[in-house]
Amino acid sequence: MELQYLIYLFVGLSFVLYIGIAIWSKASTTGEFYVAGGGVHPIANGMATAADWMSAASFISMAGLIAFMGYEGGMYLMGWTGGYVLLALLLAPYLRKFGKFTVPEFIGDRYYSTTARVVAVICLIFISFTYVAGQMRGVGIVFSRILEVDILVGLGIGMSIVFLYAVLGGMKGVTYTQVAQYVVLIFAYTVPAIFIALQFTGNPLPQIALGSEMADGSGYLLQTLDKVLVDIGIKEYTEPFNNKSMIDVFAITIALMVGTAGLPHVIVRFFTVPKVRDARMSAGWALVFIALLYTTAPAVGALSIMNLVNTVNGKDGSGTEYTQMPSWFKTWEKSGLIAWYDHNGDGKLQYAGGKALVGKPKFDGESRGSHGERKVVNPNPKAAPVGNAKYANELYVDRDIMVLANPEIAQLPNWVIALVAAGGIAAALSTAAGLLLVISAGISHDLLKGTFAPGISEKQELLAGRIAAAVAVCVAGYLGANPPAFVAQVVAFAFGLAASSLFPVIIMGIFSTRMNREGAIAGMLVGLTFTMGYILYFKGIFITPMAPNTPDNWLLGISPEGIGSIGMLLNFGTAFVVSRITKAPPAEIQHMVEDIRIPKGAGGATH
Amino acid sequence: MSEKTDNTAYWNANISLLWKLLIVWFIVSYGCGILFVEALNNISIGGYPLGFWFAQQGAIYTFVVLIFFYVFKMNALDKEHGVAEE
Repeated sequence: MELQYLIYLFVGLSFVLYIGIAIWSKASTTGEFYVAGGGVHPIANGMATAADWMSAASFISMAGLIAFMGYEGGMYLMGWTGGYVLLALLLAPYLRKFGKFTVPEFIGDRYYSTTARVVAVICLIFISFTYVAGQMRGVGIVFSRILEVDILVGLGIGMSIVFLYAVLGGMKGVTYTQVAQYVVLIFAYTVPAIFIALQFTGNPLPQIALGSEMADGSGYLLQTLDKVLVDIGIKEYTEPFNNKSMIDVFAITIALMVGTAGLPHVIVRFFTVPKVRDARMSAGWALVFIALLYTTAPAVGALSIMNLVNTVNGKDGSGTEYTQMPSWFKTWEKSGLIAWYDHNGDGKLQYAGGKALVGKPKFDGESRGSHGERKVVNPNPKAAPVGNAKYANELYVDRDIMVLANPEIAQLPNWVIALVAAGGIAAALSTAAGLLLVISAGISHDLLKGTFAPGISEKQELLAGRIAAAVAVCVAGYLGANPPAFVAQVVAFAFGLAASSLFPVIIMGIFSTRMNREGAIAGMLVGLTFTMGYILYFKGIFITPMAPNTPDNWLLGISPEGIGSIGMLLNFGTAFVVSRITKAPPAEIQHMVEDIRIPKGAGGATH
Repeated sequence: MSEKTDNTAYWNANISLLWKLLIVWFIVSYGCGILFVEALNNISIGGYPLGFWFAQQGAIYTFVVLIFFYVFKMNALDKEHGVAEE
């Protein structure tokens, strides 16, 4: 069957599945809407957590980042998995024992303060919208390319689907949809990886293939890759700290780990299991399911960059004529995510170190050059041969396309390409739904029921939750159409903010009976303000950056992506000092803290 | 033994387990994966430089083992101190 029809079929079938689940698991109580009734099996919950958490960034962008970063990609791999150790050991069991619906509710009760609760809701909404913008951009990329529709139409379809199962089914609907989405996305991720691993090394297991010998007998894969890259003027793949300093890699890894443990849509997933014991177990299962994709990603990254270099530079390394390039190249060129500028005028494409263009490609409308390529008007005048490279780099490749284009580059069967499309969409939609739900719960449960209108009935609260979810979908759609920056970058910010605001107050709320209201509020505000300020200062989301984003200007050499780790320390420090010079928390709060440390007596989640 | 002191003993045992596991967590990821990656890269297992392997594979496997070890130990602790759920 033709590729486009197969894609429609696969994506369509997956949508039917999600909507069917949404209708089957419609939420009728607030308990079902917020925490799926609290009866989710730990393995199912682990799967849902994995899908919730493995976003468009994990699925679409991560392997691409690794492909172009080499060793340094490890900071994403360790950062986005190591956080689960913190979650399992430090947060999940205690929050489950606490047994309420939302993260701000825990913070509000533990710190006996509506102000703390409201500050937490604001953090949560800010984090979630930052993150959801990245997801919606992911939905946009996948739809516009895969379904060959306008980006706004694609976004509209994505929004409607999320709307259906998040608004109707609430947490219950989202949980079971996410289980289905996990299956779709992991299958979609591993199948092409296995195919490609086989092609290159003859070993079907990507995790092992990456450390194996090449099938053509040219030595170990990683060593061959190192050599191939050095030959074209790019640094060795396995060599550490080529692009980032050790302190920056260290700081980013902390920010990502702690951020993972502080992300409200992940934490709330541990409120949905029956017991404290299940919350611990569920974190373990979540990491198993996540690790399946995350240990595959390095192989996907390495093999895709190898594949790209081989395809573009050709067997003899002299380049491939534009007219001879395979069709995937031209489709991605059409979507503007790949561009070619013929620096040496030989009509052939060459890939090498250095930048082919100044910034992102600027196309001269739809006009075509002499070989039929899309005309680019911003070639890099300094794109001369770099190091021992034989030629200048002529190719611009957006990192976000590596996973989506990989099966086509490796010439895999069409159904595999269609599967990857469905997987990418599943990853983006499941995370978007999880985020929209915590936003909706924050508004209806924490702001409305908990703060401004405590008198409303459960029915009214449920309705408010659905309206809030609906509004959040629309805002998310807007952010997807006007994304602040590219997917992985935006997501990194959400992690920094979660690390510097929510994680410390939750930890201190469990592990210190002395931590009080004043300390927690001051800590959250200092951590959040510092981290946001630093990011805006260098990145200028929605405003003009105030200083060039270069290592010379950074504090201690830590980039905006890693600054959440310092924000976290400032939060802890401020909270400690302020709590020691103010009154200790009331005796009943100290008893409550002692009580959540003991698993016994955890009932269902209540409000 | 009163319930209060037993709960304190349970909590102390829990904290001591946490420290041990977090130290392993730190050494494997930040130690082997970042701080000592260059030294470890001089050693190879198969085609993997060891430091690179820790950063991109080994740390993740260790994390999984850590959590399940924790679950196993905590379930035992819960029982031992009589604080397990029904």
